[in-house]
Amino acid sequence: MTSATRQHPLVELSGVQKWFGDLHVLADVDLAIDAGEVVVVIGPSGSGKSTLCRAINRLEPIQQGEIRVDGELLPEEGKALARLRADVGMVFQNFNLFAHKTVLQNVTLGPVKVRHRSKGEADKRARELLDRVGVGNQADKYPAQLSGGQQQRVAIARALAMDPKVMLFDEPTSALDPEMINEVLDVMTSLARDGMTMVVITHEMGFARRAANRVVFMDGGRIVESADPETFFTRPTSDRAKDFLSKILTH
Amino acid sequence: MSPVLDNLDLYVDGFLTSLRIIVYSLIGCLLLGLIIAACRVSPVPPLRAFGTFWVTTFRNTPLTVVLVFCAFGLPELGINRSFFFFGVLGLILYTSAFVAEAIRAGINSVPAGQAEAARSLGLGFSLTLRDVVLPQALRTVVPPLGSVLIAMFKNSAVVGAFGVGGDLWSTGQILTSARGYETLPVFIGVAIGYLLITLPAGALLQVIERKVAIAR
Repeated sequence: MTSATRQHPLVELSGVQKWFGDLHVLADVDLAIDAGEVVVVIGPSGSGKSTLCRAINRLEPIQQGEIRVDGELLPEEGKALARLRADVGMVFQNFNLFAHKTVLQNVTLGPVKVRHRSKGEADKRARELLDRVGVGNQADKYPAQLSGGQQQRVAIARALAMDPKVMLFDEPTSALDPEMINEVLDVMTSLARDGMTMVVITHEMGFARRAANRVVFMDGGRIVESADPETFFTRPTSDRAKDFLSKILTH
Repeated sequence: MSPVLDNLDLYVDGFLTSLRIIVYSLIGCLLLGLIIAACRVSPVPPLRAFGTFWVTTFRNTPLTVVLVFCAFGLPELGINRSFFFFGVLGLILYTSAFVAEAIRAGINSVPAGQAEAARSLGLGFSLTLRDVVLPQALRTVVPPLGSVLIAMFKNSAVVGAFGVGGDLWSTGQILTSARGYETLPVFIGVAIGYLLITLPAGALLQVIERKVAIAR
């Protein structure tokens, strides 16, 4: 699906401003993401990319500007916000699986409590999703019994179980041992191929080249550059992006 | 120990009355404490302010003052109930502040990411608290909550001193002042009565603590 079949982008940020005290963490951020698009956001630490990601489902409230998801203005706290969040999947750096629930219960909690699906239906769908991300045989274990890579794949299944319109990934591989990074990136790549709309904050340039439709480079709370991966990695226009790429791509 | 054995029926009555005060207060202060704790962590500022006000008021007022207010102040406002009712009410109000703080400490011990994950699935405040945060908070809550509750069990004697006739404390009072028994044996009997409640309660708490610890 492209913007041609819709009246509006799926996720739209306009004139977004946010401060932490004196620190301007999001400055004049404008970004429109179409349905089916995979946008990878990169940038140095403290550039505001995580805050940007968390602002889209209002885990971080913004002070000025507008954020729309599927045309709807992000509501303030309350039931309307909860409803919107149910349509926006989120995958965290530290997995944040519910420690007191089994893997299966982690995946069925949202569908049962928020979507009001029957337990049988939710279990069936959860097992399909766990199989899809390759941890179907871990369904009855607790998160602490799984490796980091397995936990993160469960977290992806948990988000997918809500049938989200868009998935947000906030540095999904940054807390993983190196040999587990690829098993998570493979799942994300296959999601991207299946047409999921994704916003991915990552340092994995290989994933950006392979799966992104667009790379957004942030620095100092601003979007400095936005281009398709081929253009961005071979012919970056801004000095800041050139400098950043020279530091991370040389080794 | 003949004063105790001679008046065993009086002691049993006193024990049962104390137990009734404790059971009603236990249920009341746990429910009320949970509500106040929920207020204190709520995203709604007026509810947070109310929770803070409640805890500040009842944690910093002596129990005897709360009881005087309930037993003699409320009737002046036209609320007429038994001393038993007012005694239990005072104990509930006073203890709820401590229960709320113990529960809040447990809530704060659960990593913020757990609540964020729940909210990002579309769970509202109460579902997030009930299904994700509180079950995990329980583990850290049991030991401090146990101390608060055992203190409450013992404070039930203060309720007795406020004219709730027939509890363990007043049994001791009647035997020594009205019937002229010696203080020492009578109140050793009273103390044993309270130990019969607090010691099993402490053991039960340890069992619960072990039970919820396994769930991790």
